[in-house]
Amino acid sequence: MGLILAQLLTGLANAGALFMVASGLSLIFGVTRIVNFAHGSFYMLGAYVGWSAMQVLPGALGFWGAILVAGVIVGLVGAAVEMLILRRVYAAPELFQLVATFGVILVVQDLALMIWGPTDLLGPRAPGLTGVVRVMGEPVPQYDLALIAITPGVALALWYLIAKTRVGILVRAATQDREMVGALGVNQSWLFTGTFFLGCALAGLGGALQLPKGGADLLMDFTILAQVFVVVVIGGMGSLPGALIASVLISVINVFGVAYLPQSTLVLTYVVMVAVLIWWPFGLLGRAEVAGELGQVGAPEEPVRPAGWPVRAGVAAALVLLATLPAWGGGFALVLATDILIFCLFAASLHFLLGQGGLVSFGHAAFYGGGAYVAALLVRHADTPMELALILAPLGAGLGALIVGWVALRASGVYFAMLTLAFAQLLWSLVYQWGDVTGGDDGIVGIWPADWASGGAAFFWLTLVLCVGGILVLRHAAHAPFGYALRASRDAPLRAEATGLDTRRIRLVAFAFAGAMAGLAGGLFTFSKGSVFPNELEIARSFDALIVVFLGGVKTLSGGWVGGGVFKSAEDLLTRFDYWRLALGLLIIAVVIAAPEGIVGTLKRLARRQGGEDR
Amino acid sequence: MPRALFPTLAAAVLASLPAAAQEGEPIKIGEINHFTRMPAFAEPYRRGIEMAVEEINEAGGVLGRPLEFVFRDDQGEPGEAIKIAEELMRREGTVMITGSILSNVGLAISSLAARREFVYLASEPLADALTWGQGNAWTFRLRPSTYMQAAMLAEAAAGTDAVTYATIAPNYAYGKDAVAAFKEVLTELKPDVEFVAEQWPPLFDIDAGAEVQALERAKPDAIYNVTFGTDLAKFVREGETRGLFEDRQVYGLLSGEPEYLEPLGAEAPEGWVVTGYPWYDFEDGAGAEFVSAYEARWDETPKNGSNVGYATALSVAAAIETAGSTESAAIREAFEGLTVAVPAGEITYREIDNQATHGAWVGTTALRDGGGVMVDWTYEDGADCLPSDERVRELRPAD
Repeated sequence: MGLILAQLLTGLANAGALFMVASGLSLIFGVTRIVNFAHGSFYMLGAYVGWSAMQVLPGALGFWGAILVAGVIVGLVGAAVEMLILRRVYAAPELFQLVATFGVILVVQDLALMIWGPTDLLGPRAPGLTGVVRVMGEPVPQYDLALIAITPGVALALWYLIAKTRVGILVRAATQDREMVGALGVNQSWLFTGTFFLGCALAGLGGALQLPKGGADLLMDFTILAQVFVVVVIGGMGSLPGALIASVLISVINVFGVAYLPQSTLVLTYVVMVAVLIWWPFGLLGRAEVAGELGQVGAPEEPVRPAGWPVRAGVAAALVLLATLPAWGGGFALVLATDILIFCLFAASLHFLLGQGGLVSFGHAAFYGGGAYVAALLVRHADTPMELALILAPLGAGLGALIVGWVALRASGVYFAMLTLAFAQLLWSLVYQWGDVTGGDDGIVGIWPADWASGGAAFFWLTLVLCVGGILVLRHAAHAPFGYALRASRDAPLRAEATGLDTRRIRLVAFAFAGAMAGLAGGLFTFSKGSVFPNELEIARSFDALIVVFLGGVKTLSGGWVGGGVFKSAEDLLTRFDYWRLALGLLIIAVVIAAPEGIVGTLKRLARRQGGEDR
Repeated sequence: MPRALFPTLAAAVLASLPAAAQEGEPIKIGEINHFTRMPAFAEPYRRGIEMAVEEINEAGGVLGRPLEFVFRDDQGEPGEAIKIAEELMRREGTVMITGSILSNVGLAISSLAARREFVYLASEPLADALTWGQGNAWTFRLRPSTYMQAAMLAEAAAGTDAVTYATIAPNYAYGKDAVAAFKEVLTELKPDVEFVAEQWPPLFDIDAGAEVQALERAKPDAIYNVTFGTDLAKFVREGETRGLFEDRQVYGLLSGEPEYLEPLGAEAPEGWVVTGYPWYDFEDGAGAEFVSAYEARWDETPKNGSNVGYATALSVAAAIETAGSTESAAIREAFEGLTVAVPAGEITYREIDNQATHGAWVGTTALRDGGGVMVDWTYEDGADCLPSDERVRELRPAD
């Protein structure tokens, strides 16, 4: 009995920092509709700033003062990010802002490394709270009890702010209908900046508060991000009470998981998440999205047109040039080109989903990595020849996408995105922990192409044919009746239904189709590298594709592969330098600000301006 | 403290031309590591290499030519590492590859090395699979493997009267290997031991309070710890706070390495039996010379990675000198059975499994001047911690 109570208290203490970070993310999303990928970075900053402040400020007062200082400083940084970067891209397509926040992640990583150095910093203990209290004979750290006391305090303060003050009224109004709030004369800019300040300050507080239980290190941004997404999604995006309930739920389940299912703690969290979302697609306390609420910000999309002959001729010439690469490029040029082509197909498949279907997936790596693993597992366990594995990889990934899509498509918008993320994480944790079959993080190695394709040039040509073919098939699908039906379900689902289109089935087919194409890219990846590891299923891989699609331009037909090519090449060039993450992050932010329509979109606009109205 | 750009950029521009070996042109070695993902480990390692290279070149280089390492960052991604390895081999004209800390990256490069027939010296990754299960003729490993270090601790544990053990290890391949090896060797030496709890926190995401409660619940005589980095810091703090370590013997794999012990500062655990690198108490011999030279060169104390990096560059130089050529096949043959004098002593790259006999230091942790150190340590030669040759042949199917 005493032990169970003690475990419960541990869970409640863990919930503290998690709640603060999650409530900040939820608040920011609720008001600004920005999914702040950089929220983990603000948490990390909070830990580092708090640590530095604790070195300077003495005693118990200094300790708690340092935590507040960390919150304020991180809040100010957040407000600066909002004013300098995000404010310039509110008019961009939905969710485009997350690309900018991804740039912020990269910048913060390198800045933290420059300022605080590579060594992990151990957090100081809280003065006066270093001992334990015996609760029914079980030791409970005093600081845990302090956290259990502080969390409801913060939650109450937030509740008071939101429920009882004018600012809170405005925040709630903006959460429900931000355009109306603007129309009523409220200065939205300051409301958004203020929300960012508050949300980021909460993340900073969370980071500083956990210092006595750990410390500050350079990997904590992504570690917390996955957990926080889980909490926010289970609680319901934008709901503060939901965030509180979900952080307690997840923390307590985790504590008991550690005690009774120590092998499967990772899987457990995501199983809970998927289960909750199947019953409540909008989270425990989330609100169903009103159709069209998010709307298509900005100019309406142009109809899709086949490329004109100059573009076709140009692409054909480029392809011929590329096909002769083995004749004029070096051995490494082939390797690099193979990498880029595979990534282009992966990006193009996500782009099809996003651009044509309006379906934003945060977990597309599930199908890319899934295809890669299908191929590798077939070769490893069934001695499948490469040719067959490359056919079965897209089929397997497509089948997986059909199953995931069947569940995830019950939700829409950001909830759909979060569900795909949940499934991707579930798959990742399964692959990671089911070592007997998948090799765990030691992966599956020694999966090389068949003899005829093993030369650099032969495999390059194979990749070229499959990837360019795949991209053309995706493009063709956009021009086919299926593409029109898909765009109809995207832009006007009710009207589409009324004309007899089964929008749910169309979306499901599109999802499976995009999944299969990603799976093909994954299968090729496995053979090009000779091995596959769980990294290919990570959140970071999904984000890579997402960033690239937005950078390329969602509302264009070529955005996916163009973005993929540019991003991969820039990365290959930049990673040769120290502090390349800073450079890449700044580059991404610059593109976001300068070209909110993406690279292709902006090029098109420039070309149109050049050519006058002559189309 | 911004450093100069990697010297590779200029080389990358020029390297599209086929590199014809000329007299006096440097012999290039490709070094792939996680410089952005794990800078705390990769940077001391890089400094160890750079210092060795400076010394080697001052002494006339290798085969009369200067030695040069090309450092590249793989972000800790196996896929990136493969791409970089291809670039280093095909465009940079490097004669062999070294590097990696993470086992999965090491395994990926090793598989490519066998395929493309170039030599890969896996300096730091610990996975047993690198030299056994997935071992191949082209991959060599410098550092003592997971099995070897776990066996050292198991031998120390067998000498005590603890009977019930609990283990805590990160839930991934390295953690699992480390627990399996410890169990295997300890059970062999002392058949009546019993393992009463196994905890598997996710890597770098430990819920330390809950783990400590779960371990306490099992009431073991002794605890075997494999967690490291931030997980270790959190585990130690919660364990100390909740009294988990009172009257219990704790064995910590790698916990004595400065990389892990130094960040703990005055909260480093006392009385743990650990493997590590007690550079502060080296009194004479090559080990002490290396430490003072390193401190003079970099104005900082060495880490275990510094020692490994230094030994890596020495091994590479020795292999190429022995081979008398920069051809892959010749270097590979030279590595088989190669004996090199490194700061830890003489090590041999075993012909049977390409594992070097570099050992590790086993000792007890204590506090000194507000920081954790190892005391009463001994150097365990790697050659004494490996299974019998027959067993190795079973474990290594490739040859």
